[in-house]
Order: sequence, then C-alpha cells, then structure tokens
Amino acid sequence: MAQINLDEIAHSYLPDVQKEDEYALKRIHNIWDDGGAYALLGPSGCGKTTLLNIISGLLKPSSGRVKFGDIDVTDLPPEKRNIAQVFQFPVLYDTMTVFNNLAFPLKNRGFDKEYIDKRVREVAQILELEPFLNKRAEGLGADAKQKISLGRGLVREDVAAILFDEPLTVIDPQLKWELRCKLKEIHEKLQLTLIYVTHDQVEALTFADKIIVMYEGWIVQVGTPQELFEYPNHKFVGYFIGSPGMNFIPCTMEGDQIKVGDALIPVDKKTAALAKAAKGKLEMGIRPLYLKVSQSPDEEGFDVPVTGVEDQGSHRIISVDFQGFTLKARIAENDPIPESTARICFSKEWIRLFADEKLLK
Amino acid sequence: MKKWQDNKGWLFILPVFLIVAFSAIVPLMTVVNYSIQDIFGPGQSVFVGTEWFREVLRDQRLHEALWRQLLFSGLVLLIEMPLGIGIALLMPAKKGFGASLVLVTLALPLLIPWNVIGTIWIIFTRPDIGLMGAAINAMGLTFDHTASGLHAWITLMLMEVWHWTPLVALLAYAGLQSIPPAYYQAAKIDGASSWSIFRYIQLPKMRGVLTIALLLRFMDSFLIYAEPFVLTGGGPGNTTTFLSIYLVKIAVGQFDLGPAGAFSLIYFLIVLLFCYLFYQALLNVGGGKES
Repeated sequence: MAQINLDEIAHSYLPDVQKEDEYALKRIHNIWDDGGAYALLGPSGCGKTTLLNIISGLLKPSSGRVKFGDIDVTDLPPEKRNIAQVFQFPVLYDTMTVFNNLAFPLKNRGFDKEYIDKRVREVAQILELEPFLNKRAEGLGADAKQKISLGRGLVREDVAAILFDEPLTVIDPQLKWELRCKLKEIHEKLQLTLIYVTHDQVEALTFADKIIVMYEGWIVQVGTPQELFEYPNHKFVGYFIGSPGMNFIPCTMEGDQIKVGDALIPVDKKTAALAKAAKGKLEMGIRPLYLKVSQSPDEEGFDVPVTGVEDQGSHRIISVDFQGFTLKARIAENDPIPESTARICFSKEWIRLFADEKLLK
Repeated sequence: MKKWQDNKGWLFILPVFLIVAFSAIVPLMTVVNYSIQDIFGPGQSVFVGTEWFREVLRDQRLHEALWRQLLFSGLVLLIEMPLGIGIALLMPAKKGFGASLVLVTLALPLLIPWNVIGTIWIIFTRPDIGLMGAAINAMGLTFDHTASGLHAWITLMLMEVWHWTPLVALLAYAGLQSIPPAYYQAAKIDGASSWSIFRYIQLPKMRGVLTIALLLRFMDSFLIYAEPFVLTGGGPGNTTTFLSIYLVKIAVGQFDLGPAGAFSLIYFLIVLLFCYLFYQALLNVGGGKES
C-alpha cells in the first residue's frame, strides 16, 4: 500500500531523558519502499524490536513521526494502522480452531460470513494450512503455529506491511529453511512490505532485499547483502556480518602505504588519499575471505606464524599472528594448510580503511 | 518383561509410601474399622457389616444436611469464582507499590485463624453493638442471625465470600501475570474487543489456576466447620447444620462411632467424586485436551 516513512524517530523508555545513552533509539530517519522485503539486523538490545513496535503502533515514539505514505499514523493505535505482526513465540487463540484463529481479525472488523469464509480458505491454501482448518490450534507444531500467526495478518486485504519479530527462533532448523522459502514465495506473490527483525545474519541475508543494520540505537547501514559484505559502513557491520567477521588492525599511513607495526602494505591511490585526509583513529579492515593465503613463495606478501586452525566443514579458518595482531583467513577445503608459517597477501581491492570506526569512502 | 533397572525406582519411593501409609491410610483404616463394627468398649466389639452404612444413608437429617451443604458450596462457588476473577482483572497489572498494597490487603483475611473469623463476624453482625448488624437495624430492618435462618445464611455467605474470595483473586491474578505481553499486542493488532481478550486469551490462560481455585474452594466450602460452628453452632434450628457439624454431633455429641465412621467414609467419597467431576470437566472445557 504505502511506503513507510520514519521521520526523525527517537525513543526512550524513561520518562525524563537527559543523556543520549538513555535513548533506546537515537534519531532514526529512513524511508522504506512499498513492497520491499527488509530485515532489521543487529545484536540483542540494539533497538530492533523497539523500532518494530513503533512502526506497529504498540509504542509511541518519544519524538518524531511515523508516516505510511502520506498519512501520519504516529497517534493511531495498532488496529487502525493496517499492519500485522508475527511475534517471536507463536501467539494463538488456543481454544479456537485454526479456521477461527484466521477469521478472528476479520470477525472483529465486522465482515460478513461469506467473505470471511472465502478469505480464510484462500489464505489457508497459500500457507498450506487447509488440512488443519477444523483442528484446534493448540495441538499443532511450532511451524504451523507461526504460519497461523502470519495468516492472521494475511487475511486482511488492507494490510500494508507485515512485521516479524524474530519469528523463527522456536522453529527447528530444517523447518526454518522451509518457512523462509514460504515467506519469500508469499512476498513475491502478494507484494507486501515485509519487515523482519532478527539477530541471525543468515536469516537476514537470505530473506531480505535490503538489510538495515542497527547498533546501539542507530541505523548504521542500509544496503543489499553484497553492499554490507563488501563495503561495511561501520566497523560494527564488518564485524557483525560474515563468519568470522572482518579482521581489524590499527594502522598508520606512511606515504602511500599502510603501516602496521613495521610492516608496510601498499594500497591504491584513492584509498591512500582518503586515509591522509581522514581524522581520528585509523584502522585497516579486511575480510577473512579476501585475505589470501598464498601457496607460492614468490608472491608479494608476509610470512607469518600460524596460531590455530578451525575446521568449519566446507572450509577452514586459520589464525595467524601478524605484527602482534591476530588475523583470520579462509582456506578452501582442498587447499593445503600451511604448517607453521603462512604467506599472507593483502590484495589492494579488498582493503578497507576506517577512521573512528567509520568507513572511509 | 520390563527391565530390572525399572524396578529399582520403587526403592526410592518406598519411604514416601510408608509415610503416606502412616499419615493417611492407617487413620483411614481405623475409620473403616469403626464403620463395620459395633464397639461397646475396649475388646468388646461385634462385626455388623454394612448396617451403619444403611442406617446413615436412611437418616433424614443427614439428607437435609447434604442438600444444605450442596446449596452452600454451589452458592459459594457461583459468587466467589466470578468475583475473584473480576477483582484480579481490576488489580494493577504492573508491579509497584499499588500492586503490593492490593495484594497484602487481599491476603489479610486468609491469614486469620478460622475460628477467629467466626468470632469477628459474630461481633460484626450483632444487632446491638456490631457495625453491620446495628447499621442494618438502624435502617429499620430487623437483622438477627441467631433468630432467622435466612439471616444466618446471609451472614455465613458474606463471611465465606469475604474470607475466601481473595484466594481466588490471588490465584487468578497469578494466572493473568503469566500471560506474555505479546498476546495482548497481537489481540490489539487483530482489533479484539476487551470481551474477546477476556474470553479468548485471559480465560483460557487462567484455566490451570482456576481449576485449582475451584477444587480448593469446593473442598474447603464442602468441609466447612469452624466458622459456622463458632458463628451459629448449626442453628437457628438446623438451618446451618452442615455435614461436618452434623458429623461431629454424631461422633462427639452422641458418641456413635459406628455411624460416624460410616458417615465419614461416605462424606469422603462424595468430596472425591465431586473433585473428580470438576477436574474432568475443566480439563475438557474449551478444548483443554489436544484434539
């Protein structure tokens, strides 16, 4: 129906706020497009759920306005906002049948019986809940229960956005994948705006077109999974996205080269120029995937002692000691593991520089 | 054949069995003993079979006491359960000074010894000096629970409701507190009315505690003794002679241990039967069992 416009939202759970730390959300200003699949990603306590509840109307922000399209909904209660929310734990009306659960939001809004019947059956078909329609909701599995929660949102044709608050936490891994596929399918079919809160990067990366990374009440980056991986805006994004996260080492500039300890690493001219202009604490970041462990001794790089190897199934992660800092690098399954020393190469295109935790660009 | 290991577990519950045997089963067996014998004195007893049971079951006064008792328990449950739930719904949901104050105030009647409760209400309803009795009489109505059966019943019901509704309210409150906030949030989004929230969220979620409340209140009210004994002594006439009061009259007053033993066993079975019926009914109501 409409884009979601968050206009300078800030929220604190305390009545009288003095310091910035007391805000759970600090100045969120963002516009989310109609029909997009967004993931709100961040660690516990970063304000994801607070933001979600502000959008759904369960919370009123301390300041700022929420707009759905042109309509200011900041003061509207949840039931008037045309949104649906799926919670972390399945919320069902236990004593009702699945049919009545799905029909509940429509009954409350006074639709006639025929319409309700038709609509519930349509939604049940999409969610593959037809066989359970006349069963009590209580005895079903967690995945079916979450589908019912979702269904209660889908039955309303006027629904503008469906908000998910870590909906797969209680689902078994195998079913998680199935449900995620189902969500994608529904998104493509119905073109609804979906906002999905999670602290699981895999969930976020597979679900969303765009990921909103939150950290301590701020939105630190909004981007596609690729953007987040290759150009993390903030040190936190580099660290939080990817497994293991980005390597960071404090560094200085010497001419057009990065200096770490007594090692000099060449970078391209553009990065060097940015680094020279930057103020604050300088750090170099490189993803373990792009930190190359060379097999040939001729390649330009550094010989460093290997301090640990971690087998992760499809690949292995080795830890090396570089100028007193631990770096992690990814080695493909079939490549040999260096015994005691490895030759690591920093390729210019993957080196990112951060000043005061923010990406230089 | 089950595995041998399975049987070892019995050793661990053996002590409990022994304790229960001594605390419950042995005394119960002495009652059974009384109920099938005519005892004249130590060493002088005659086996009489089911005679006492037949006598007790034919006793008109016992029938009357039983109906009286059923009416009393029924009224008590009809008043206390909805009232208790209502109070719980009105109590402050958030923790804080207000909630603590209400909780403590509610719990006060539960902390008073039962015969003291009777005494409190004797004084409270006295037509000459009691606050309630005198107030009613001052309004021009005669109120005297020692003279009128109806007034005695009203007084007893008031006392019982005052004494025990807090228990129902506290249990219901605990049940309400255990409902995760997400349920209320979902209901808000679904546009549910307050009645729907009560009917489809709060009531089903309280089912467990309400079952306990109902069973406790039924048992206690069905076995009530101390308060009516102190307040009315079973009178005026026999209007408030409940089963336990009548039982004590037979056992202690007339020292008819045989009929009293038979009576006790029947009493016990009635309570057991009703508890079973209530429990089964509440287990199934509103789809408690998984389909």
